[in-house]
Amino acid sequence: MPFFEAFRLAIQTLRAQKLKSGFSLLGVFVGVASLIAAWSIANGVNRYMTEKFAQTLYGVNTFQLRRRPMFTPNVPDSVWRAWARRPRIRFSDAEAISEGLTIPVITAWESRDQVTVSFGNKEARDIELTAASERYFDIKNLSIEIGRPFTGEENRSGTPVAVLGEAVAKRLFSDRTPIGKSVRIGGVPYRVIGVVAHQGSILGFPLDRFVVVPALSPAQNLVNPPGILDAFLVKAHSDVEMREAMSQAEGIMRGRRHLRPKQDNNFVLDTSEGVQRFWAGISRILVTVIPGIVVVSLVIGGIVIMNIMLMAVAERTREIGLRKSLGARRRDVLRQFLAESTAIATVGATFGILAGIGLTIVINKLSPLPASVSPASVVLGVIMGAGVGVVAGVYPASRAARLDPITALRQE
Amino acid sequence: MSTVQLFRTGDTPLPDVIILTHKLTREYDMGSELVRALRGVSVQIQKNEYVAVMGPSGSGKSTLMNLIGCLDTPTSGEYWLNGQKVSDLADDELARIRNKEIGFVFQTFNLLPRADALHNVELPLIYAGLSARNRRERAAHALKRVGLGDRMDHKPNELSGGQRQRVAIARALVNEPSILLADEPTGNLDSTTSTEIMGVFGELHGQGQTVVMVTHEQDIAAHAERVITLRDGIVATDQARAA
Repeated sequence: MPFFEAFRLAIQTLRAQKLKSGFSLLGVFVGVASLIAAWSIANGVNRYMTEKFAQTLYGVNTFQLRRRPMFTPNVPDSVWRAWARRPRIRFSDAEAISEGLTIPVITAWESRDQVTVSFGNKEARDIELTAASERYFDIKNLSIEIGRPFTGEENRSGTPVAVLGEAVAKRLFSDRTPIGKSVRIGGVPYRVIGVVAHQGSILGFPLDRFVVVPALSPAQNLVNPPGILDAFLVKAHSDVEMREAMSQAEGIMRGRRHLRPKQDNNFVLDTSEGVQRFWAGISRILVTVIPGIVVVSLVIGGIVIMNIMLMAVAERTREIGLRKSLGARRRDVLRQFLAESTAIATVGATFGILAGIGLTIVINKLSPLPASVSPASVVLGVIMGAGVGVVAGVYPASRAARLDPITALRQE
Repeated sequence: MSTVQLFRTGDTPLPDVIILTHKLTREYDMGSELVRALRGVSVQIQKNEYVAVMGPSGSGKSTLMNLIGCLDTPTSGEYWLNGQKVSDLADDELARIRNKEIGFVFQTFNLLPRADALHNVELPLIYAGLSARNRRERAAHALKRVGLGDRMDHKPNELSGGQRQRVAIARALVNEPSILLADEPTGNLDSTTSTEIMGVFGELHGQGQTVVMVTHEQDIAAHAERVITLRDGIVATDQARAA
């Protein structure tokens, strides 16, 4: 009997016993669906982390001179205290690096704090105030929706002008234009000159609740003591140039801090690598845990299918006897039942893939987790599903194939 | 009827002899005791004979039936079917013989309940490796032969007992076997339907089909032209009847 015939027969049997088949493919269904969904999440978050997250937080080919790393998961208290004892980054540090670097770069100052921004009697609380220099918008890739960013001249002269995040503009001005209006930031009046385009959110954190003002404008006193900044941002043209600029900056800073060769840096040159390393750790956990879940459900699925097939062989002993008496060889019977278990598992896997893709779409819609279906996981899902069917079918099918036709025919 | 060859070990049957058993024995090891179901059965059945095998239960007629049907292999002795020695063939070769040479008709019909008449009749052809179109044509032809040309798409539960047995007969005939082997073909039928089925057998025999039928009913055996009676694993009587 050709395999196609066996498969057609298998599908017929499945359709004739819908309920039983439905239950029997549940295990494989769950296994494959969870494989696809989990893989999609890992895949999506991975892409997100490496592409968007790192860029949003740091910028492309950008490093930041800081007292301590920006992204600091699982840091012991002792390390934290050591960081707090470090000298802070000064305006003069930033200026020295700007002058000392031989690599073409663009740079920006950055200091941050949470403030309340108000317009008339409207207030926007917990807004991130960033006191930055003019190239900040370029480095962070913030495009201006309406109005304009502030200029270098405005920065140096400390002109009280503000560029609002989209959420702040909406909160304070609804649909009216904020350009030219005067808002109060920490009690200081600022003239709104621009609004940044919608940034969305990152892992559920809104990215539009901010306001950017010139680093030397009056609000600098709200974020840091005089002459101090949180970070000095340096963006190079390429990764190679960024690394070269980093080592130059490191040398300049060590000289300024009078560090002896054996002393560690008491500052950091922070890049997106830290975040990515942290994410790589998480994704390693996912990569070890997900296969575990998948394997467990596939094994359960396999056992269920094997049981169903053993039941089917027992129920259809007479049919097997009849088929043998009509000329079915052992391998024909073996094939028939293998095809049946494989069909059950493959149908389960197919539904599992559809459910997995559906789940991915739902996750994308309803949760901040970015997910995208990986084609490899679909292929793997089909292969594993069919594989489970074959493996689970071998024992029942070989039992069926070995049945003695006389005994089988006599079975009631 | 031609003369019966005196067969000795090492001989080959005459071309007209469809079935030849020589000193056929079959023993079952039941653990504590050895059951000798057949103790040396030698029979010859010619082409186009219509033979009934009779005997009380335990006489060995089912065992003989299974051996003739190539569902079982003998402990010793020879079995020749259509000029081929099948007594020492392996499993897969026996399956091929069953497929090509033997058409089974069972007491309980043994139709696949979920398949329609046409598909039931097609089954042997699937194992013969025929194409789907070829199969359907031949199955339809076989069903017409037993007078069920208009019931091809009916499932077994939509057919009467007699019709079911006709489907089974069509299935047995579809591969044009050397022998039609029927095991109590009327055992599950009322007397009217039994007569009807016997009529079908008679017709097929008339068309040249060799028929071997196991039964314990005298009036059914009466339809055959020769009756072999078994008792305690040996042939007790073997006589031709007036047809």
